Amino acid sequence: MESMLHITTLHYLVLGAALFLLGVVGVLTRRNVVIVLMSIELILNAVNLNLVAFSRLWGGLHGQVFAIFIITDAAAEAAVGLGILIAFFRNKETVNIDEVNLLKW
Amino acid sequence: MTPVATPFFFYLFAAIMLIGGILVITRKNPVHSALALIVALLAQASIYLMLYAPFVAGVQIILYAGGIMVLFLFVIMLVSIERSMKERQFNSQWVAGTVAAVALGGLFIAVYAKAEKIFPHHAIRITPDELLNTQGVASMLYGQYMFAFEIASLLLLVAIIGAVVMAKKRI
Repeated sequence: MESMLHITTLHYLVLGAALFLLGVVGVLTRRNVVIVLMSIELILNAVNLNLVAFSRLWGGLHGQVFAIFIITDAAAEAAVGLGILIAFFRNKETVNIDEVNLLKW
Repeated sequence: MTPVATPFFFYLFAAIMLIGGILVITRKNPVHSALALIVALLAQASIYLMLYAPFVAGVQIILYAGGIMVLFLFVIMLVSIERSMKERQFNSQWVAGTVAAVALGGLFIAVYAKAEKIFPHHAIRITPDELLNTQGVASMLYGQYMFAFEIASLLLLVAIIGAVVMAKKRI
């Protein structure tokens, strides 16, 4: 009970790991491209949570600066990914990721 | 300011985050998924506040919950989701995918079970000054991380051009 009531870095890390796993399950099992992209956002957020928790643990600001860079990355990734999604939808009239198979052999 | 009732709020926001995440990956309608993701992101911003990172929390709300999720909702509006909502939602490898995720979870548990030895028991005692947080982050961005900051602007430029080229009908 003592360890439940005192929030340590480990609590944040476990929360981040749980969020990461949810994102991985979403990426691996969903067929809708939009939801796959959202699951990738979940994964990036789990990483951000870990970075900020470590930043608190060691008392520096490096982790927070990295988290901001990752948010920038997520914005770029979302823009390009959704652009690809629009191009794909225009060609195939679907958002099903199983039909993205032109390079499959 | 010393935080009040930290465990209660930690578990509250953690539960909101996890429920939001579960809703994101299980809903049929992508709009519902996007709204659940917004809730999860806002709960995460609150957890950033508990970690004495008010600037990251603000960026999370403005950029993530505001900017990126609006982009998602716009694209959901542009593509037709009626057909995909009638289809099967999970692909044929969902068993393998879940098993792989469970294996990854086992790895996390194995590592974090030993974490008590790796990490110091308690977070550092000195409470960071929240009023100096934004200033500290800014001076690091424009000082030590100057080069990475410039590269990030280049990355955003490339992403803008890429998104326009992808979404254009004829180039």
